[in-house]
Amino acid sequence: MLKIKDLHASIEGKEILKGVNLTVKPGEVHAIMGPNGSGKSTLSAVLTGNPAYTVTGGEVEFYGKNLLEFSPEDRAHEGIFLSFQYPVEIPGVLMSNFMRTAINEKRKYQGLEPMSATDFLKLMREKRAIVDLDNKLASRAVNEGFSGGEKKRNEIFQMAMLEPRLSILDETDSGLDIDALRTVANGVNRLKSNENATIVITHYQRLLDYIKPDQVHVLYKGRIVMTGGPELALELEEKGYDWIKEQVDNNQL
Amino acid sequence: MNNSLKQYIDLHDENLEAINAHSAPQLIGLRDEARQVLENAVLPRKGSDDYEATDLNAALAPDYGVNINHVDLSRESTTKFRCEVPNLSTCLYYVFNDTFRRSATAGQSGDPASVESFQATKHPEVLAKHYGTVARLENTCTALNTMLAQDGVLIYVPKGVATTKPIQLINVFDANARLMAVRRVLIVLEDDAKAKVLVCDHTKGDQQYLSLETVEIVVGRNAQLDYYHMEESDEHTTRLSQLWVRQEEGSNVLIDGITLTNGYTRNDYHIDVDGQHCDTHLLGMAIATGEQHVDNHTLINHNAPRCQSNEMFKYVLNDNSVGAFAGKILVKPDCPKIDAYQGNRNIVAAPTARMYTKPQLEIYTDDVKCSHGATVGQLDQEALFYMQTRGISLPVAQKLLMQAFMSDVIDGVRLDTLRDRLRHLVEMRLSGDSMICESCELKR
Repeated sequence: MLKIKDLHASIEGKEILKGVNLTVKPGEVHAIMGPNGSGKSTLSAVLTGNPAYTVTGGEVEFYGKNLLEFSPEDRAHEGIFLSFQYPVEIPGVLMSNFMRTAINEKRKYQGLEPMSATDFLKLMREKRAIVDLDNKLASRAVNEGFSGGEKKRNEIFQMAMLEPRLSILDETDSGLDIDALRTVANGVNRLKSNENATIVITHYQRLLDYIKPDQVHVLYKGRIVMTGGPELALELEEKGYDWIKEQVDNNQL
Repeated sequence: MNNSLKQYIDLHDENLEAINAHSAPQLIGLRDEARQVLENAVLPRKGSDDYEATDLNAALAPDYGVNINHVDLSRESTTKFRCEVPNLSTCLYYVFNDTFRRSATAGQSGDPASVESFQATKHPEVLAKHYGTVARLENTCTALNTMLAQDGVLIYVPKGVATTKPIQLINVFDANARLMAVRRVLIVLEDDAKAKVLVCDHTKGDQQYLSLETVEIVVGRNAQLDYYHMEESDEHTTRLSQLWVRQEEGSNVLIDGITLTNGYTRNDYHIDVDGQHCDTHLLGMAIATGEQHVDNHTLINHNAPRCQSNEMFKYVLNDNSVGAFAGKILVKPDCPKIDAYQGNRNIVAAPTARMYTKPQLEIYTDDVKCSHGATVGQLDQEALFYMQTRGISLPVAQKLLMQAFMSDVIDGVRLDTLRDRLRHLVEMRLSGDSMICESCELKR
């Protein structure tokens, strides 16, 4: 579904991604790991069309379409979803209104009529249960005053509502206690199917105990320098990144 | 004297007999004093103190017709006008151009609270007692209004009376020629009285109009007044409005000035808090596009100790629109325990739009709590991107953020049905949709 070829991107003139290659197929879970500043969050920002970043080279194909030509909202309509590392608070915009607008914008893109209020409430109720999100949060402003755990659960709730084909989870584990981590991971697993795929960006192997990856990639200095199975994550947990950095810096990778 | 004032003084001098002949008698006494003030008045230049963005001389320059013979100018199309605010059941009255009219849903004659024209009021003693006692002639526009005023609307709520329905007054401009309406309102709430008043400004046709409005409000001891003003006029309309309030001990007043569509508007708010233990809420919002000009100028005088005031004005400006806000809170000597806040928050959504803001506190007493904040900025880029990643298109996301930005002013409305209606109107306004109801005669 997703083919990234030699992707280069920069922010404020500074090149962060220096030739990323990655292919994701339906049903797969990919983990992207790597030391701080290696470009993990930049990759997610570029895939979702954050205007702060400029693509300077390469291609991204999503179901045969040139993803880079789409606006951020149309990428969402095409089925890309990003769970933010730092979900944004939007005072004054109620979750329910926010979600209803998002759903109906997608339906409009698909040529469908807006969803009825009853169906929408039913959908909210059903999806809220997946991540155990309190009903009260739906009647509050988006992320405003939510705890760290509530914000992350809210991200997965939105993912459940929008049913994306490709979900990118950007450090969804950061700031979560073990119970919240399990809830969020269970939510992600329940949404998994043979039709959709997930990219998990994380620093720690712990999340991968719950969300089992098919492939683990190491991003360093703006490139994927190593790819392996789930055992690679365990190895990184044990040995750290230094041995990889050394090989890259000595041009062995 | 500037040229713009001269034409009105000449008009007065040449037609004094006719002006007085068609005037409520209580208005005649102050006319000469107002004339004297204007003799020596100089209209402030644009850019001078208190008039940073507004050119009064230019606003008054066109040769407007003034209906000194008090001919009924209302046209058939106007008299059919109905405002169908859903679920908002009000006692409804109109001022067509400069002429007061009762509607089919006006209050009954037996009601203790009354809404009448100055000329036909059954309470001439109330008019005589309070007319011109709150407004000050040192304000040039108020002096001009006082020199030319012949009629007005008296809203009188006697001691201890609480009105059950909100009182709605709709100002409509609809004439065959360029017209200035000299509008005057006097609201008197005696001790322990309660009322909610909603005033709406509408415009019909393509004529150039000037509304020269002076509103005086007296709020007695422990009385409670909500006064909402909503302007939905058009680009040909100029509005110069002075609102004067006097609050007595223990009273609670909410003034809310909303500009949704307009041409060139200057609103002055002067609130004198004369008694202890008063609550004052002064709210406002403006949504401006095209060439709209909205200038709100506020002054809250804390003349007595142990009072609270809360002020918030919010603007969203687009295209070539101009917004201005100046607010002063003045705490007089020997007024401890004042708790006052003033805020002005603005979103300038286009590089060609302009906002002028000037917050001011003047405090002559120790032991008070006063603060202010003024911000001018753009929409939160991170929030916009977040919404886009959820599939919400940029224009819709911008609209949601602007609506959210206005939400605390909307929530400040203390009348449920009006609050819902206002939320809806703001949403339509931000979407660029027409705000005029399907059934409305004002629909063009």
